[in-house]
Amino acid sequence: MQYLTDVSAHRTSTGLNNRKLLMWAFLGSDVLFFGTLIATHLVYRGKSVSGPAEAILDIPVTSVSTFVLLMSSLAMVLALAAVQKGDISRGRFWLAATALLGMGFIGFQMFEFTEFAHEGLTPRTNLFGSTFLIMTGFHGAHVTVGILWLWSLFFASFNGKVRQDNSLDVEIAGLYWHFVDIVWIVIFGVVYLIGAYGVEETVHAGVGTLSALG
Amino acid sequence: MVANIGTLPRPLAPTGVWAWMTTVDHKKIGVLYGVTAFFFFLLGGLEALFMRVQLATADADIISAGTFNSLFTMHGTTMVFMVVMPAGAAFFNFLIPLMIGARDVAFPRLNALSYWVFLFGALLMNFSFFMNAFPDIGWFGYAPLTAIEYTTSNATDYWVLGLQIMGIGTLAAGFNFVVTILNLRAPGMTLMRMPVFVWMTLIVAFLIIFAFPPLTIALTFLLFDRLFDTNFFLNIGAGSDPLLWQHLFWVFGHPEVYILILPAMGIVSDVLPTFSRKPLFGYSTIVFAGVVIAFLGFGVWAHHMLTTGLGPWANAAFAGTTMTIAIPTGVKIFNWLATLYGGQLHFKTPMLFALGFISMFMLGGLSGMMHAVVPVDTQHQDTYFVVAHFHYVLFGGSIFGLMAGLYYWFPKMTGRMMSESLGKLHFWLMLIGFNLTFMPMHILGVLGMPRRIYTYSEGQGWEALNLLVSFGAVIIALSILVLIINIARSVRQGEIAGDNPWDAATLEWSIPSPPPHYNFAVVPTVRSQYPLWDEEANAVAPPPLPAHEEPQMPSPSYWPIVIAFAITMVGGGLLVWQAHAIAGLTIISSMGLLGMRGIYGWVFEPLEVEEAVHVHH
Repeated sequence: MQYLTDVSAHRTSTGLNNRKLLMWAFLGSDVLFFGTLIATHLVYRGKSVSGPAEAILDIPVTSVSTFVLLMSSLAMVLALAAVQKGDISRGRFWLAATALLGMGFIGFQMFEFTEFAHEGLTPRTNLFGSTFLIMTGFHGAHVTVGILWLWSLFFASFNGKVRQDNSLDVEIAGLYWHFVDIVWIVIFGVVYLIGAYGVEETVHAGVGTLSALG
Repeated sequence: MVANIGTLPRPLAPTGVWAWMTTVDHKKIGVLYGVTAFFFFLLGGLEALFMRVQLATADADIISAGTFNSLFTMHGTTMVFMVVMPAGAAFFNFLIPLMIGARDVAFPRLNALSYWVFLFGALLMNFSFFMNAFPDIGWFGYAPLTAIEYTTSNATDYWVLGLQIMGIGTLAAGFNFVVTILNLRAPGMTLMRMPVFVWMTLIVAFLIIFAFPPLTIALTFLLFDRLFDTNFFLNIGAGSDPLLWQHLFWVFGHPEVYILILPAMGIVSDVLPTFSRKPLFGYSTIVFAGVVIAFLGFGVWAHHMLTTGLGPWANAAFAGTTMTIAIPTGVKIFNWLATLYGGQLHFKTPMLFALGFISMFMLGGLSGMMHAVVPVDTQHQDTYFVVAHFHYVLFGGSIFGLMAGLYYWFPKMTGRMMSESLGKLHFWLMLIGFNLTFMPMHILGVLGMPRRIYTYSEGQGWEALNLLVSFGAVIIALSILVLIINIARSVRQGEIAGDNPWDAATLEWSIPSPPPHYNFAVVPTVRSQYPLWDEEANAVAPPPLPAHEEPQMPSPSYWPIVIAFAITMVGGGLLVWQAHAIAGLTIISSMGLLGMRGIYGWVFEPLEVEEAVHVHH
């Protein structure tokens, strides 16, 4: 990127890499995308007049899928750490693991949506169906983009395109992946737990868990 | 060795249509934005003139009610999204790298993508005219009018998809300029040494990345409601609340107002010092006032909804935040006046437009404050008083500011001066025409004339004022004609400008006009807010240029236009899908694949081709 400056090939005013800063700006914007979706869902919470609503949520199954997605973040961390150390084959293994865990999460979501359809909940059914399915579907689309990205890195690694000196490529994919995970934590807490149990019981259970832990 | 990843050879010719279509040079992209915005300015102006012909006399029967609905919808949508925003983009594309001492933006190909997506989205929306489906729902498209039950033609779908596609380009530009301004500043160009225009662009870029997502989601909801029968805004039986649309739209829509006005404020803040021959008064307060306006801009959206029954507490809160915005705005105006005070004023055309901006914008701001008073707003809601108000801020404000910028930087962009005499004629015609058009609207509004009516009956005391308004509109049109003549003549025969015709102080004036494609032969080192003035005052000779080779710049790429085309045609495919499912799905899937191919082509294409095949200019 010689055109940027004569002084040095990688100098930037803030010291942050351009692409990394771009990803942070994008994620900041994405917060507002999800914020709007979640806010709409909350505004309409409990206002559906017919059809299945919050009670349809299957907390145990979703807890498992949430765990799977969280583990994918762990795999992502290990992938980046390996690439940064120059261990490309180990990095490749963890990239594939991240993508597979992400695919597992998407599998759970497809199962969930199919189950809901069988029980009579589609985006047309009621307010809950519209807001819940568009919101989680939008999140699923984000995960899917991440999976395509991870497999792209995986296959590019066989052509020597994933290296220690450009581990930033993996780091930026990781930023995106972790962000999508974090959004899911918010959705799981605010939409699933509070949706199924209500605010008071969720908070109560949370406090109970924390005090049991120590 | 040509690093040819794509299916076609990399387009490297420096001129010709293909060169413009594949350019990644921020200056060329700026020119493309400017020319496109001007074209839509004429189109949106024509739509306004048609409306004024119809409204010039009572009980006129020149334009049907339905056509009139389309005219005010597309006039508003065009002027906001296809004129003022891209005109601002034209300036910040052309100028930001020059002002911060950079050779291009941080992501040159993303910049090209922004432009092409914007252009194709705008064309898609306007294409509806030829499909007999010109949008007719008002520029803010309130639910439940947008429901499929009430607007059965797919005019609304064109509107939704056009806005959605243009929004992608806007968001990409927002990300690009945040990174460019934060990261690509020349050595010594600290944040508080940046020209105010750069600051305002940075603020606008942040506004874009935080304000556009709610619009994108709202449009997605609306599209799903229309295409897939969901319940977000429309299905009253399901308990939907149409007011949700208003909340989501104005959470975007009010920051959008500042997206439209802040670039003009930046332009004026750079024009005034040059023609007052003294530094801007209160630079840091002007900058922080801009930041405060942007923050507050997210907390005032419901003042567009004071008559929807939100209740006294919400109304009072939003009236309060709205009045608060007057403080930073007033700070700016007093700083501009203090900049003029004691200066050696040179009344060149850019200066005239800047002064026109301050006075006209202030009038618009004052009528805006009137709307913050809830009982007054209740009277003004949906009358011509509101139309008068927002034209004073968007025309008297944004357009006057942009005109100041056009006359000011035209010499830098083309290397030639614009005619001063024609410029002054343009200014005075526009100022007079503008006030004849929009000042009487205040009175019409108070007299009770509702906005958006296609005709009115005699005897309500509205005839004379409406005729005056239409007469004023003709004068504005004349002033634009003068501008066109001025541009057409000056581009070819204007006086040669030289590097710094205005004796201005900022970095863009230190390089030739028009600038070479690499902008700066040597990246400058900046030591003050007004580098060119300070060097003169201290009689510091510029350092001798070290020997250098022509810097290697990013090579042209056809992937941006390919991806933009694919994105737009996916939207087009959705429109086809409504009539022919198979044909629509074929278009959507093939264009989706083309877009994927484009993304991979883009990612694996090197930014610069090897020096050996680089075409020298």
